[in-house]
Amino acid sequence: MAISLTDNAAERVRDFLANRGKGVGLRLGVRTSGCSGMAYVLEFADEIAPEDEVFESNGVKIIVDPKSLIYLDGTELDYGKEGLNEGFKFNNPNVRDECGCGESFTV
Amino acid sequence: MALLQISEPGQSTAPHQHRLAAGIDLGTTNSLVASVRSGVAEALPDENGEVLLPSVVRYLPDGVVVGAAAREAASEDPHNTLVSVKRFMGRGLDDIQQRYPDTPYRFRAGESAVPRMETAAGEVSAVEVSAEILRVLRARAEKTLGGELEGVVITVPAYFDDAQRQATKDAATLAGLKVLRLLNEPTAAAVAYGLDQRAEGTVAIYDFGGGTFDISILHLNKGVFEVVATAGDTALGGDDFDQRLADWLREQAGTGAEGHHGQRREALDEARRAKEVLTTQDSVAVRVPREDGSVWEGSLTRETFEQLAAPLVERTLVSCRRALRDAGLEREDIDAVVMVGGSTRVPLVRAKVGEFFGRDPMVDIDPDRVVAVGAALQADVLVGNKSGDELLLLDVIPLSLGLETMGGLVEKIIPRNTTIPVARAQDFTTFKDGQTAMSIHVVQGERELVQDCRSLARFSLRDIPPMVAGAARIRVTFQVDADGLLSVTAREETTGAQASIAVKPSYGLSDDEVAQMLSDSMAHASEDVAARKLREQQVEAERVLEALEAALAADGEALLDAAERAAIDAAAAQLRAAMSGEDDRAIKQAIDALNAATTEFAARRMDNSIRAALAGHRVDEFD
Repeated sequence: MAISLTDNAAERVRDFLANRGKGVGLRLGVRTSGCSGMAYVLEFADEIAPEDEVFESNGVKIIVDPKSLIYLDGTELDYGKEGLNEGFKFNNPNVRDECGCGESFTV
Repeated sequence: MALLQISEPGQSTAPHQHRLAAGIDLGTTNSLVASVRSGVAEALPDENGEVLLPSVVRYLPDGVVVGAAAREAASEDPHNTLVSVKRFMGRGLDDIQQRYPDTPYRFRAGESAVPRMETAAGEVSAVEVSAEILRVLRARAEKTLGGELEGVVITVPAYFDDAQRQATKDAATLAGLKVLRLLNEPTAAAVAYGLDQRAEGTVAIYDFGGGTFDISILHLNKGVFEVVATAGDTALGGDDFDQRLADWLREQAGTGAEGHHGQRREALDEARRAKEVLTTQDSVAVRVPREDGSVWEGSLTRETFEQLAAPLVERTLVSCRRALRDAGLEREDIDAVVMVGGSTRVPLVRAKVGEFFGRDPMVDIDPDRVVAVGAALQADVLVGNKSGDELLLLDVIPLSLGLETMGGLVEKIIPRNTTIPVARAQDFTTFKDGQTAMSIHVVQGERELVQDCRSLARFSLRDIPPMVAGAARIRVTFQVDADGLLSVTAREETTGAQASIAVKPSYGLSDDEVAQMLSDSMAHASEDVAARKLREQQVEAERVLEALEAALAADGEALLDAAERAAIDAAAAQLRAAMSGEDDRAIKQAIDALNAATTEFAARRMDNSIRAALAGHRVDEFD
């Protein structure tokens, strides 16, 4: 299993990284919080820790710490629009339930 | 499913706690909002893809219309359609009517000093109108970002004084926005280009909008932007290009100078369209209807347009020269030139500005959006989305703050270009014996005399215990917060009596063009110094005469014979005559003469009081 980006998401990440002018890739993770127990972390990555897992998708390095990987394995990250709003979406097969807004989830 | 943005490392927020921030350019003609998402600062469009919101508000009996729809109604419903109210922010009724005698609005002096305009929906102030514009931008940002805004940075012209800044902040509060910071427009433009990341440098911000032109010279040093000089023309903008072009078109079409309103309107619209086409093409086909219904068709080359536009561009360069002179800089000292405002799209403008400064101006960011983009970047830092090492931009006080002292002189407490927030205190004393109150008049400006500065506020400190002149110690503290807003406190140190004021608009006192104040202060520096010397001597003369009168009333009869008294009276009369003149040296001489004439009298009074003190005592008591 692995973690991947859609074409659309990869293009945006490449743009954002280029604009930022530094960073080795994109860090995905989860942490406990929020109304349904877990919340996603989506950050620029400036360094890779020794224990991190690194995936490559559409030319973008995706960096995940091993604890988070348990909850994220198989996830595809997409980029989409809803009305005026736009941003990244996690399509995570491990999720059993989400809070109404989808910012936190349970597995 | 929520849509997420990429955060800086370690800056991810808990769910539902995104720190959403936006930058708002609240402009005279157009306003817009920008925000940083996934590290990119972008202007936010509305549902129709439009980024610019015309700063026009139409009041109807049953509601409010803001933006393009309101602008279209401006000519048919001028009383209720409020255009360019930014000009009225923080100004009093007299001030507005003197500056803008031709506005169609029905002004009413309000209960406070804030003038109100009558509309179909009741009376509104410029602050309320601005709040309507901000409400629309707030709704747009919250829809786009998917949550409530934590705070905003709003930009204001560098030359806005405290009253105008306070009015802007009030409008934001009314619109339910938390203002993280008010930022100077030229500073925001420099931030958009990342010029704040440099260690040091001097930049020129050339802002040529629809109706106004501003040039600002900024100096950056260790994250602090100083406005070194500003100059401009409040009645010169892209609209003047359109007007000249429309006149030319109508001349070509052979329509009379009179022309009815609709025909002139169409020529103006055609002129605007032609101008825009000519930014990318060398010529454009144009057509103008004549009054008789026939249509003139022709072609306009960029060369012809540039001939028409050149004198206007030249006028902006005159301001640039003045700003450089005020700043004491040469063209070579400018490290970067940033272009702001829609009129800088005109190729001739870019070419002339490039030629003038001897370097290519920065044009990569859309000139209509660059100020909002810079504000968004600053808002993102202020709301806490950046890691700690990010330099926080500091702003400075654009015009010195001070208070009025005897003789209408200005004592500067906080000089301009002091970084904010700041607090400064200075001790003052009483001028007359037994004085129990002190009136404090807060002013802003660079000139030496109160009448040439802008009055911001007045308040009184009472309950000063009666003391001889000069004995009371009154500490006046000026405090300016991070938005450049001022509060002043006066405290009598022996009793602790205290009075304070937060600067709220106190209008209509100065008719000086605030934007001109800086350059005026340079131009008038020497005459100001002369005026100051004169006033100082006048105040000293008053003090001497007052002391003399008190002394004569007490001991004049007892200690002086008729001849002595006559000599003193003559010297005093001479001083009174000199005081009303304009020659500070003549006053000084008269003061010295009076001092000489009264030396003997003063010595006798001294002896007298020592004798009185010693009377009834024996010498050995004093051992």
